[in-house]
Amino acid sequence: MNMTAPNAGLSRRGFLKLSAAAGGGLLIELNLPGGHALAADAGRFEPNAFIRIGRDGVVTLVMHKVEMGQGTYTAIPQLIAEELDVSLDAVKLEHAPPDPRYAEPLIGAQITGGSTSIRGAWKPMREAGATARVLLVQAAAKKWNTDVTTLTTRDGVVIDAAGGRRAGYGELVDVAATLPVPTTVTLKDPKDFRLIGKPVRRIDAAGKVNGSARFGIDVVRPGMKIATVAASPVFGGTLAGVDEAAALKVKGVRQIVKLDSAVAVVADHMWAAKQGLAACAPRWNDGAHARLDTAQIFAHLEKSSEGPGAVAHRSGDAAAAMRTGARRIDAVYRQPMLAHATMEPINCTVEVKPDGVDIWVGTQVPGIAQAVAAQTAGIKLEQVRVHNHLLGGGFGRRLEVDFIAQAVAIAKQVRGPVKVVWSREEDVQHDMYRPPYLDRISAAVDARGLPVAWTHRVAGSSIMARFFPPAFKDGVDPDAVDGAIELPYVIPAMQVEFQQVEPPAVPTAFWRGVGPTRNGFVVEGFIDELAASAGQDPVAYRRALVKDERARKVLDLVAEKSGWGTPLKPVAGHRAGRGVALMHVFGSYIAQVAEVDVNADNEVRVRRVTCVIDCGFAVNPLTVTAQMEGGIIFGLSAALWNEITLADGRVQQSNFHDVRVMRMNEAPQIDVHIVPSAEAPGGVGEPGTSVAIPAVVNAVFAATGQRVRTLPISGQLKST
Amino acid sequence: MAKINLNGRDVAVDLPDDTPLLWALRDGLDMTGTKFGCGIAMCGACTVHVDGQPTRSCVTPLSAVAGKKITTIEAVGEAKVGAAVQAAWQKLDVVQCGYCQSGQIMSATALLASNPKPSDADIDAAMSGNVCRCATYVRIRAAIHEAARTLA
Repeated sequence: MNMTAPNAGLSRRGFLKLSAAAGGGLLIELNLPGGHALAADAGRFEPNAFIRIGRDGVVTLVMHKVEMGQGTYTAIPQLIAEELDVSLDAVKLEHAPPDPRYAEPLIGAQITGGSTSIRGAWKPMREAGATARVLLVQAAAKKWNTDVTTLTTRDGVVIDAAGGRRAGYGELVDVAATLPVPTTVTLKDPKDFRLIGKPVRRIDAAGKVNGSARFGIDVVRPGMKIATVAASPVFGGTLAGVDEAAALKVKGVRQIVKLDSAVAVVADHMWAAKQGLAACAPRWNDGAHARLDTAQIFAHLEKSSEGPGAVAHRSGDAAAAMRTGARRIDAVYRQPMLAHATMEPINCTVEVKPDGVDIWVGTQVPGIAQAVAAQTAGIKLEQVRVHNHLLGGGFGRRLEVDFIAQAVAIAKQVRGPVKVVWSREEDVQHDMYRPPYLDRISAAVDARGLPVAWTHRVAGSSIMARFFPPAFKDGVDPDAVDGAIELPYVIPAMQVEFQQVEPPAVPTAFWRGVGPTRNGFVVEGFIDELAASAGQDPVAYRRALVKDERARKVLDLVAEKSGWGTPLKPVAGHRAGRGVALMHVFGSYIAQVAEVDVNADNEVRVRRVTCVIDCGFAVNPLTVTAQMEGGIIFGLSAALWNEITLADGRVQQSNFHDVRVMRMNEAPQIDVHIVPSAEAPGGVGEPGTSVAIPAVVNAVFAATGQRVRTLPISGQLKST
Repeated sequence: MAKINLNGRDVAVDLPDDTPLLWALRDGLDMTGTKFGCGIAMCGACTVHVDGQPTRSCVTPLSAVAGKKITTIEAVGEAKVGAAVQAAWQKLDVVQCGYCQSGQIMSATALLASNPKPSDADIDAAMSGNVCRCATYVRIRAAIHEAARTLA
């Protein structure tokens, strides 16, 4: 892949206007399926916002989604290149600038998240490619004075087999740019796919194995300074003072920038900045939350979750049905705060110039980044040029722009470009955290132990109420209850409630798997409790409850592939067990079986995970498998170990020694099976994480007889 | 002014002797292939070779590498083992976000240079210092075995 810098971050619309003015070239505005489209006679053909073909035949695809590991920079080019009939080796990719035309149709904003990319791109990106191809074929037909039906395309060339003529796409762009755009296009029959559905290797791999890939943190600008920051260790605190003289004595330190609640040391290089920050020994006014701790947060959650919440879902009369059951089972589940800990520490490079602001960053939300930068700098939106980059992990952290606002605030006081880089400690202690949650869940079961009534109250932070207020309606956060309502099971009467409980002062944010990852632990843990209470096998119990064929299929297949029911051979003195979990989330059906080993010290080791996913049409099976492998292990670190705690208003963890991320020697064997399907694609970036957590919790129950209802598992198991 | 031998060339770096090699590479020489991950040798993203040994550059001061041969991700593919590792990484489609992979490749190359046919336990021992938040471990393991096969 040849990654190029976009048009200096100007919006495409703005750029085209500029190029027209500067070059006097012809600018044609066209209407296309899939978006507002333009084509310009500036030596290139732009049938829509996603494709640009130059006279030299170079095909540039503008990526409206960002690449943070999930493989969209391969899968989206597959969709376009398939219909455009170009080779993936020949395309160049460009990061899209902020522009409404790059909005995610499933979200309505230019956001990469929620496992939406391929679901949203599936039809529009193929149409984008097909439309361009149709225009190029028509251009050739016009040029050769022949009929389009006699022409074919292959690898960027229009071929007239009968007439013995060929024309590269580059030779046709001038004519193609003048043609009216078809309002409908015919997409290929899937049986003719050469790229879609094939295990295509990632096209961003070369730069990532030779060190040339550029992440936000790798930006180098002429005259650039490096800054590192410390924000108030207590949430809500403010800066009281710093020893500027001591910091300035450090060789290479150039400037101290004081903000209301943070201090930045600007230097020639990171080492000087770090030493300068230590030397300036910031003093803080801790403010109202100086005594806040994790126990208080959970006590608050516990109490707030007692009252009724806003009803998110009601089917049947759960309250009445609850009284008719043979038995009632109640449980309370608790989940801790979590950090994202992306491998690339938080960073943003900013240059404030007289005519506007340039920012170089890796962000999941280019449009929001642009808006917050404009607001912070006090300038117009179009005066902010966002240069997006590869992301060294996102997981929801780079949906947030707190660090972009901070970097712009710092840069306003600095001459020339400044790269603000957080230490890992700052990253862990000033994350925006997956919030703590407490769930109260109850079921009444009939004489066979099957549920007749189900109530589930989710209590915790509404990230949506802050992030996207229109989605928070009548007290219900649709993300917070995602995965709690659309269960793959038949439950005759069900009520799901949401109780918004914000932890004081702690900033909260989305985290890989969002609502389904929290609710999967609760719902699938509780289903396992019901199975155990009924004295039934966990797979057989779920099988009796599943409501559709796709769910049944992944469940049956995971049982078969995992050897469910066959004996496990624990290490002497250890206990072993298998656990299953099944979910229908992000448009995909997924089931996993985890095998765990629990030693005499109650340390849990996950030996093997078998994963079966029906994600509809698998656009790139290699990527789907990779997302399962990675998503599962991401979930295992959280299930087993992860917890951000507060004491005296401060986060107690600071780096990878106490934010434990699963390592090579701890990683299980993972077997992934993809169910062949012709259905529209489902999401794959997050469901692996959502299901891994309950699968392990249920395996721990099978091994030890102990039901874990509070995460992480570590520290929960009692000696027997 | 520290003098180091970097990727086969003698280079002068105008930074204090106590500057970690990581920041000398990234901020002093604009060589950004070597990554900052933790700053305390807990994640391996900054791994380089010093006289062939995998070394965490974030805690290695310039003074400790004077006169030694340093190899970074930018040049590791010039030698046979590094090239085989990079090829195996691409063949098995290892990378996801890619941020940690410079360090992973440096550690894997050092392993194969000293142990041409590593067992799974050898891989665990050599690679457990390299964190991958995307968790590409399944494929890293397979790619190390693959590289060993191509080098055999």
